[in-house]
Amino acid sequence: MGLMPADNGLLRRRKRIDRLFHALCFGAAGLGVLLLALFLYKVLIDGVQRFSWTFIVSNLSSRPGRTGIWPAVVGSTYVMGLTGVISVPIGVAAAVYLEEFNTRKSRLTEFIQLNIANLAGVPSIVYGMLGLAVFVRWMALKETVLSGALTMSLLVLPMVILITQEALRAVPKGYRDGSLALGSTYWQAIRYQVLPSAAPGIFTGIILAISRAIGETAPLIVVGAAAYVSFLPHSLDDRYTVLPIKIFDWAGEAKRGFNEDAAAAILVLMIVLLVFNSLAIFLRARARSRR
Amino acid sequence: MDGTTRPNLGPRNMPVRFRRALVGRYLSEGIVRWFCFVCALISVLTTFGILYVLISQSIPFFRNVSPVDFFTGSVWSPTPEPGKFGVLPLVAGTLMITVGAGVFAIPMGLLSAVFLSEYASPRVRNVLKPALELLAGIPTVVYGYFGLFFVTPLLRRFVPDIQSSNVTSGAIVVGIMILPLVSSLCEDAISAVPRSLREGAYGLGATKAEVTGKIVLPAALSGIMASFILALSRALGETMAVTLAAGANPALTFNPARAIETMTAYIVETTKGDAEVGTVRYNSIFAVGITLFVVTMVMNLVAARLVKKFRQVYSWA
Repeated sequence: MGLMPADNGLLRRRKRIDRLFHALCFGAAGLGVLLLALFLYKVLIDGVQRFSWTFIVSNLSSRPGRTGIWPAVVGSTYVMGLTGVISVPIGVAAAVYLEEFNTRKSRLTEFIQLNIANLAGVPSIVYGMLGLAVFVRWMALKETVLSGALTMSLLVLPMVILITQEALRAVPKGYRDGSLALGSTYWQAIRYQVLPSAAPGIFTGIILAISRAIGETAPLIVVGAAAYVSFLPHSLDDRYTVLPIKIFDWAGEAKRGFNEDAAAAILVLMIVLLVFNSLAIFLRARARSRR
Repeated sequence: MDGTTRPNLGPRNMPVRFRRALVGRYLSEGIVRWFCFVCALISVLTTFGILYVLISQSIPFFRNVSPVDFFTGSVWSPTPEPGKFGVLPLVAGTLMITVGAGVFAIPMGLLSAVFLSEYASPRVRNVLKPALELLAGIPTVVYGYFGLFFVTPLLRRFVPDIQSSNVTSGAIVVGIMILPLVSSLCEDAISAVPRSLREGAYGLGATKAEVTGKIVLPAALSGIMASFILALSRALGETMAVTLAAGANPALTFNPARAIETMTAYIVETTKGDAEVGTVRYNSIFAVGITLFVVTMVMNLVAARLVKKFRQVYSWA
């Protein structure tokens, strides 16, 4: 006997189970990558024939294979731009209040914080119903760019607030103390020290929030974005359509041969999202290397 | 930093113009503070707005359809008027999608989280993790397209008479959609388990599978459960993917090859169409909406509680 374990069979079995488990875990993790590749492959195969510059800048048409997406691109740009203009100042200000002006955590601010975390988990379609009742009907904004953007702003607000808070938390306390010691007011310390050094983190968050909003479809359908608009929106109270709604519409009309148009529109959407996400990653990396 | 101390406006004999400058400074300070406070309050207003809208708009509905009929009725046919509003077919459809997605995403997500945190070398991790993040960033309507034009044709090879929108295809795409969420949240929970627990088990001669299964996973259990709940609540509220891939057919069926309609898909179908304001059909979306909202809210709160508990357990580490 010596120091060898008495039962070698047991040890071998345990090692075999270990290898099996390793393979299983690897397979599960690889599955995600495989699915992503399948996704991209499928969309590329279906959409690449229709994908062209003419497709992007042509008007909508009810004939498959002849249509463009320009009104949807313009509509998406309008809605997202306005969403950013509305939600960013409010979101950043709310985060500044919760992180900077509020060190003695009161019941109220604790409630606000819990509330924001909860809002982030509310299904997006519920925001659409809120927008439908409040902006479209009660404020009588109708099915316009403005009511769509207001609804989307409420949807992205929790995300903007949470990410901004995280960026603010990463700013060393010394920046504030130093500024205050030189006689600045709290707002001056925030405005000239804290916000500039948190800026890259905040921008990253805003980009991620907007890129989530670009792909959102359900709330905009509920607040009445049209599936078919033949003209471009010119002002805030025009009717509009957006890219994901066009995709939804075309994918649903599979029988009439619109699915290649849908795939090409998906390609456009994915390229935009890829650009946005790379920008966010780039900003984050640059901020990190500077620190 | 404490913004609530009383302003110090300097000594009594200070020149008036200095005093004015100081007062102005504190005044603008106060305005900014209030502005920020009001912005923070908007989120609370949003919650109350959602509750108010859902409740006030579904009251007229429940005047026409009794809550008992609504929650126990097994036929949902809003048209033609007056229509039958028994929510069970929608609930059953939603549950089938959610459970199906969970059956796929929960084991896969957990295993891939284990791989990423316990097995993967940094180089492999750097490839796998961004891929999962990209998967999470794909808009849900694209998942719907994928279900309709990839998953269903694939299933048709094995089950020739499957409908183009069906439960299985919907559950699979929603499962793929929540996979990255399960994986990243589980990974957070697993990596929060103190290293010393693992070392202790390794020191006693355990294999990696044993350490993971008997030490790490039980220790991270509440965080893992929280991630499951959050992912399921996401699947429950998912809209575009299921509207496309699972269909718009509110039938009480448990046949996975048939089209069904979820609560969210019904809301989309109704608002997309021409339901006139004030009709029972228009108001019914709010009754369905409040059901959806309450269920997801409860799930999110339970998950938040679990995460909190989980954080306390390892506060010593």
